[in-house]
Amino acid sequence: MGRYLSKKILVYLGTFVIAVTINFIIPRLMPGNPIQILLSRFSGMEGGREIIERQLTLLFNLDEPLIVQYFNFWRSVVTGDFGISIMQFPTPVLDIIKRAIIFDLVLLVPAIILGWIVGNKLGAFSGVNKRADNVLMPVFYFLTSSPYFWLAGVVAFFLGVVLDWFPISGAYGVTMVPAFTWKFILDYLKHWVLPFLSIFLVDLGGWAIGMRNMIIYERNANYAKYMEALGASDKLIRNYGFRNGILPQVTGLALRLANIIGGAIAVETVFNYPGLGRIMLNAVLNQDYFLLQGLFLAIVTMTLAANFLVDIVYMFIDPRVRISFSGEV
Amino acid sequence: MKNCLRLLLALSLIFFLSLASWGQEFDRRETLVVTGAAWGPPSSWNVLIPNPQMGTGGLVYETLFSYNPLTNEYRPWLAESGQWVSDNEYLVKLRKGIKWSDGVDFTAEDLVFTYELAKNNELPYSPIWKWMRAVVAEDAYTVRFYFREPHYAEWDRELYQRYIIPKHIWSQIPADELLTRANRNPVGTGPYLYHTATQDRMIWVRNDNWWGNEVFGTPKPKYIVDLVNVSNNITLGMLLKGEIDLSNNFIPGIDKVKQAMDLQTWFENEPYMLSWNTAKVYMNTLRKPMDDPKFRRALAFAINQQTIVEKAYGGIVKPANPTGLFGEGWLKYLDEKVVDEYGFYYDPAKARALLDEAGYIDRDGDGWRDQPNGDPIKLEIIVPSGWTDWMEATRCISNDAQAVGINLVPAYLDAALYDNNRFNRNFDMLIGNQQSTLSSSPYTYWNGVINHDIHGKSVTNGNWGCYDNPEVFRLIAEFNITKDENEKMRIASEIQKILLIDMPVIPLWHNGLWAQYTNLNWTNWPSEKNPYGIPVTWGNTYQLGMIDMLINLEPVN
Repeated sequence: MGRYLSKKILVYLGTFVIAVTINFIIPRLMPGNPIQILLSRFSGMEGGREIIERQLTLLFNLDEPLIVQYFNFWRSVVTGDFGISIMQFPTPVLDIIKRAIIFDLVLLVPAIILGWIVGNKLGAFSGVNKRADNVLMPVFYFLTSSPYFWLAGVVAFFLGVVLDWFPISGAYGVTMVPAFTWKFILDYLKHWVLPFLSIFLVDLGGWAIGMRNMIIYERNANYAKYMEALGASDKLIRNYGFRNGILPQVTGLALRLANIIGGAIAVETVFNYPGLGRIMLNAVLNQDYFLLQGLFLAIVTMTLAANFLVDIVYMFIDPRVRISFSGEV
Repeated sequence: MKNCLRLLLALSLIFFLSLASWGQEFDRRETLVVTGAAWGPPSSWNVLIPNPQMGTGGLVYETLFSYNPLTNEYRPWLAESGQWVSDNEYLVKLRKGIKWSDGVDFTAEDLVFTYELAKNNELPYSPIWKWMRAVVAEDAYTVRFYFREPHYAEWDRELYQRYIIPKHIWSQIPADELLTRANRNPVGTGPYLYHTATQDRMIWVRNDNWWGNEVFGTPKPKYIVDLVNVSNNITLGMLLKGEIDLSNNFIPGIDKVKQAMDLQTWFENEPYMLSWNTAKVYMNTLRKPMDDPKFRRALAFAINQQTIVEKAYGGIVKPANPTGLFGEGWLKYLDEKVVDEYGFYYDPAKARALLDEAGYIDRDGDGWRDQPNGDPIKLEIIVPSGWTDWMEATRCISNDAQAVGINLVPAYLDAALYDNNRFNRNFDMLIGNQQSTLSSSPYTYWNGVINHDIHGKSVTNGNWGCYDNPEVFRLIAEFNITKDENEKMRIASEIQKILLIDMPVIPLWHNGLWAQYTNLNWTNWPSEKNPYGIPVTWGNTYQLGMIDMLINLEPVN
């Protein structure tokens, strides 16, 4: 157990260092610089532009050699102070992330977890029921192969525009101010449904297909045949199959968590949802180094933490992993 | 499953609790919802930086004068009056009885402080001290400006662009925080106050103690909600549903939507929108053959402005005057005679003749014209990728150029790369509309488009193509420091003539003040037939007629 954990932690630390370094380098390889972009539309008194450019460059330490900037960056990783955003000057990066991450958590965590649970259940059902399978399989394939932005568009069009059931933009209405009132909560939930559905549906399809195939495979395994021969009930066999089939799905979930932000960028852009995904897109477009660094670090941390959690969960649901590392055999 | 639900509940509880400290819903009947100005969340209300939250200047901080671009008239705002009392002294009398929103009296001290601050610190308007000598408060409501070398044209703009800040607050701010202070909850003299700012919106609330209530009238909307820009289709959808009242977004195809839906624009028919800046083709005069005025002028004759107006814009913009000038303040100096004599117009035959004459003929038989020395011509015209109207315009331009035998192709670059190339002379041609925004004096146009500052490491002041003509630079500077109107006219004609002959840029069309509004919640919008104000929410524009609009809007019952 200890060996298992310490090995994992080492791997995660290495990944972290590499990811952070890449994140430092990539934005700086882009042509241009963020101050120029910020001031590209400057119109004011002649000579004013130079003044403000000089001041901002000094303020952001962009005149220092890259290696110094890199070490500064590591200091900020350790202290958690990522400086101020260029795009949303002068808001601290941490504030921006804190404000946005709440919207992400409430949207993505339910969408991913419910997608996983419902997908697996439906997949298992489809795996044992031929007739249902014929109908469900094409649907699953359709869902899982839909790009997020496309499905979001479809959902927005039918449920938002044609049926007009749900609003298609923002996290709450235009005359609302966030408050702990029923009115606001209802309004918030109404805005939450469509982005949630977009992520939930796409995810669901993938999980269902995986589970269905696993169940069919498990049902043909020797132990299942043997149980059948012993006269065990269909349900019992299915439950055993499910326990085995869920293992690769848990690994899949860990991998999926790494892609959270990709999906979130598309969906949040379509629905104009004020989460990290949309902020990330804007940060890239504006070459906001500091915001990008902060965002990326938040994402890397979340992904690694989620994976680590899954690794631990794995120890509990798969006795083989536990045993192989603790030397119980 | 149960655990998951519990987790969910806990999370949502945390979420709502974190927001629970404040909140209310506004009555739609007294709320004006606008969009089209902000591209990112509200983050700064500091008017000392060039791009604070839109409305900070105008709604909160005010200027000495307001300027009406429709009539080219100045109206005393914080000032009661202001005039040149000698060649280098400008005297301002301030209105009495104006208070800052925290209750402190607004006096001459504040005006003096606003300028002194730029003298003692590095601020975007510090360069004014190169030509200003002193600002002196003669009594609580009288200020005299002394100039070393008065830049009359720049001063005209200064009068309606410089937001006056309160001394009693800003004198407390340490020098190194002048630009970095977010200044949330700004204290100003204006008709609105900061209410709330969230990720996707800025909310202003009416200042019921505004001094202007008695002078100009009370703005009707109690709240102004300014939404951060979203995609065009969402904006349009919200506009049609009445969720947004005024949109200052560029929405392609608005001409068709307008007919189908109940939307209002400034003009009932084409061009629908007021003109706001000039889109031009910049040519890199450091590269061949764009270094040759004859080539540049020939190209101008080859381009059909009308195709761009119709194909790229569906008629919502106006073809540009060959001088690039528009708007009352600039057209005052337009010399029709010069335009008649030297102006360009669409005439491919003439373009071909000019090119032939200058020696640009096809020498190697590949169908494209070559340079007089035989080198082939292969040019690119760049615009930011995703700017669909400009992309379409470059296709029109390259078609027209190819029709007369010039091998010109469009290229679409990432916006950051476009900016980078623009600043670093790294292009053949590009479309740009920088430094040509509507103002009170054509000086801003000339000084921006043909700026003299072209020999530095990068070009950042507007003359992207590095057109180098000391004679014009001198004339532009002279226009700035000339007071006599006849003399100004003469200089202006001279500048226009040189630019039409040399063609450093080709003015093609006037981008509009994009504005579409609905009558679902508010009526009596300003328009061509009722031009009492201007529906514009962009940065630093509220004093151009937006406040008048707020005062004259009428709620729908």
